[in-house]
Amino acid sequence: MAIVVVNPGPLTLVEDLGRQGWASLGLSPSGALDGQSLRLANLLVGNPVDAAGLEILLGGLRLRFVTASTVAVTGAEGIVTLNGAEIPLNQAARVAPGAVLDFGVPLFGLRYYLAVQGGIDAPKLLGSSSTDMLSGEGPAPLKSGEQLGIGRVSVGNGSGFSTGAWPLINVAAHPAIRRAPDPGRAITARVDRGPRADWFDHDSWPRLVSQDWILSPDSNRIGARLVGRPLTQTRHEELPSEGMVLGALQVPPSGLPTVFLADHPVTGGYPVIAVVRRTDLDLLGQARPGQRIRFLG
Amino acid sequence: MWRLNPSPEVLGVGSPGAGLPGAGSSGAGVRALLPCGDSAFLVELPDLNAVVAYYRGLTGASAAASLSLPRGIIDVVPAARTVLVTFDPGAIRPAEVRDWLESAEPARDSVSLGGEVTIEVSYGGPDLAETAQFLGMSEAEVVKLHTSSEWTAAFSGFAPGFVYLVTTHERLRVPRRNTPRTAVPAGAVGLAGEFSGVYPRSSPGGWQLIGTTTAALWDASKADPALIRPGDVVRFVEA
Repeated sequence: MAIVVVNPGPLTLVEDLGRQGWASLGLSPSGALDGQSLRLANLLVGNPVDAAGLEILLGGLRLRFVTASTVAVTGAEGIVTLNGAEIPLNQAARVAPGAVLDFGVPLFGLRYYLAVQGGIDAPKLLGSSSTDMLSGEGPAPLKSGEQLGIGRVSVGNGSGFSTGAWPLINVAAHPAIRRAPDPGRAITARVDRGPRADWFDHDSWPRLVSQDWILSPDSNRIGARLVGRPLTQTRHEELPSEGMVLGALQVPPSGLPTVFLADHPVTGGYPVIAVVRRTDLDLLGQARPGQRIRFLG
Repeated sequence: MWRLNPSPEVLGVGSPGAGLPGAGSSGAGVRALLPCGDSAFLVELPDLNAVVAYYRGLTGASAAASLSLPRGIIDVVPAARTVLVTFDPGAIRPAEVRDWLESAEPARDSVSLGGEVTIEVSYGGPDLAETAQFLGMSEAEVVKLHTSSEWTAAFSGFAPGFVYLVTTHERLRVPRRNTPRTAVPAGAVGLAGEFSGVYPRSSPGGWQLIGTTTAALWDASKADPALIRPGDVVRFVEA
């Protein structure tokens, strides 16, 4: 019951839906950046939605399956081949023993999600197998030659995994597929007011929601860094470190915001002007460097 | 009475002053409830004393592995002068969260709430001599003061398992090192500002190191990985 990592690509991580509720201990929620895509991949192969899968940044991953399996690839869109033949995305596919699965560079979006029937078997910390790139907790990024175990989770097997799982029969008929964002178009994300919106001048909020921001290549699972016309703080005293929520738009003195993503620090000392809606963060997880991002607020 | 902060210092944290947790007599001392998107509130409090008392009041102590929180509350994160509360809007209405936060009473008793943790320390860290000199004490006096003080875990940060500990006096207040070390070993016990703390893992760090413990501050293999949680009472003893 194993998968051999022939080539991990630039960064492939084990992720599930993360570990919420431990920020008071200093732990980020972590989990798939595009949680909706991981959920879908899991549903397609009959897993509970929170089973561990792989988050594949920019393709490049090559896996060899030792045993037969059923897999589904969601999220980013690009050419994914099984023994050299392209397989459809957002559908379950049977994999024969010895088969090789290859991920091309995505043409739309940034991160593929791979679910394997039974889930990826990896150690758990506080109920989750997710890799947290900030604290280094969770499984290490995949390495060449590494073997991944396949678990035995399935919907309704009473393993305790069933929390939040939908009845398979409903979704298998109508899987909710959200296409990966077009890199040539702006991604729109809704924002609500943050706790320190009043630390900025009157023009900053209009500037936040009226311009197209550009995603910086310095972005990662910790934060999406944005480039554009800077926001202006009117208060200059030091802000004592305070708790930071997922999606917080934290603004350092440069005036260029960072959106806190799954592996964000649980506290921070820069003012938060706005917070991105949770459901729109999945799209930000698929934003490519250079992509335009527009905030709706 | 709640003390206001005349001079925020290290980390912008006010002095803990005497009488932790020093609960006020009227209400929770909440200064403001700031919106934080659609699923969180940031509660502003006057100072760190108030944060500790308010956090203990909200969570009903931290001795249990799972805090006694209302359904739908996800995280309660104390910091220097705030408590962040996140919730699932599908499980609890924002107005209910607001009511809960506004009606919470700060916990007054520091001992009956929270877990108690005792940590054995081998004193004699690389900065013990310099710390003693800065404070105008002997090394033995620093150790005696560190071990005889009752420390309160105020908030986490910096790394999983790292907790900022405060006590009822400021006689151990020291500045950070001018040049942070590139590697502080796991288990190093340090002082910085009014805080004491134990490094859960090897990392860079600027705290004055006065000792070492073999206690595991963070053990990811455990169901309850953090040795110290916010709200806990911590005592140091000589190993």
